[in-house]
Amino acid sequence: MDRTTIDLWVGVFVALGVAALLGLAMKVGNLTSNKIGETYSVSAAFENIGGLKPNAPVKSAGVVVGRVADIKFDTKLYEAVVTIKIDERYEFPKDTFANIYTAGLLGEQYVGLEAGGDDDVLKNGDKIAQTQDAVVLEKMISQFLYNKASETKSDESAASTPKEAAPSSGGKSGGAKSTELGDAPF
Amino acid sequence: MHIIHSVLFNKLARLLRNLGRRMIERIWRLGAGARLFLLTMLYSGESFKRFNLTLREIYFTGVMSLLIIIVSAFFVGMVLGLQGYNTLQKYGSSEAIGVLVALSLVRELGPVVTALLFAGRAGTAITAEIGLMKTTEQLSAMEMMAVNPIARVIAPRFWAGVISMPILAALFSMVGVLGGYLVAVPIIGVDEGAFWSQMQANVDVRDDIINGVIKSFVFGVACTMIALFEGFDAPPTAEGVSHATTRTVVISSLTVLGLDFVLTSFMIVV
Repeated sequence: MDRTTIDLWVGVFVALGVAALLGLAMKVGNLTSNKIGETYSVSAAFENIGGLKPNAPVKSAGVVVGRVADIKFDTKLYEAVVTIKIDERYEFPKDTFANIYTAGLLGEQYVGLEAGGDDDVLKNGDKIAQTQDAVVLEKMISQFLYNKASETKSDESAASTPKEAAPSSGGKSGGAKSTELGDAPF
Repeated sequence: MHIIHSVLFNKLARLLRNLGRRMIERIWRLGAGARLFLLTMLYSGESFKRFNLTLREIYFTGVMSLLIIIVSAFFVGMVLGLQGYNTLQKYGSSEAIGVLVALSLVRELGPVVTALLFAGRAGTAITAEIGLMKTTEQLSAMEMMAVNPIARVIAPRFWAGVISMPILAALFSMVGVLGGYLVAVPIIGVDEGAFWSQMQANVDVRDDIINGVIKSFVFGVACTMIALFEGFDAPPTAEGVSHATTRTVVISSLTVLGLDFVLTSFMIVV
């Protein structure tokens, strides 16, 4: 094989490899979407962060404005201290509200910022005072079940009264009416 | 009774002796391989000074492996797309197909399958070539002419393999993703925007792509070194070379799969 032909093919080969790596980084990876320039960091304390992880997005009105830089556990207050880096182009009032939301039903968790009305803006090293914890699915479900159980209990006690009352009023409509009346005190 | 006893004892003793001999041979080969690796490092200056030697080997190990890598990557990607969709749609998350295809390729299948194919396609060729050089006494002839065979024959092939492997693995991953895309988007009808955006949101350049490149680099060193050593160490007979070639594939494959576990456990911080 001619030496120049070999050079040419090896050149093509290496170029293909570099193109594939670039393609992976740009098209498959998050190199392009990770473009956050200069940032300032702000911290927020949560009682429960759920499944929040470092590098999770920080969104305001659905737009990614920053990333979670660090998550620490405060041993004095037993709270999670989340440090977030926000793009310098975006300024938020001092009384901004930080929530932890879940993308979709089972998706990843992110920090949502809701701007307040203060004239002062958050600066590097500031602390967000108002936070709302992540929703823990188990807590929600147990609360729901608890409510449901107390509801059915009240239904049963309500349902027992019309049954006794039904024969005397002698009709379906009368039964329904008395159910409504039975519900009223609750 | 006594005779049966001694026969049994003899058999057992022979078994143990065999086991010990094999074990010692393995360890001896490991040491000899490590020595060859060090010598290759020591004498690899020439393979960069006279880079056309290495270039020639890149042509034979890398460029000639392009076809098998690209075609198998395409099919692996397509199968991943089909199988992944089949399972994901049961959970109503068929948009995650892009993430599934990209992560499995970039993290695991790209480096590992490339290394296995490389061992079969290029590793065997290296072993057979060097084994035959040894059988026909070309290596001894070189030494007679005061040419160091390690610098002239081993080192360029080593660096060619080490350079080729990450390139091939990157190509494998990229072509595989395209194969998965072809099945998921035009054929099955997954939304194109969701396919790419979910992929980009979940594939991290440092954690996934760079780690895949590191893996393929390590596999490149391991596969090429095993192929070179088996060839260099082959008994100078037709049978010896054929056995060495078989051993290259077996040992390379096992080493790649074992190393993959070790590297992954280093990379994934639990």
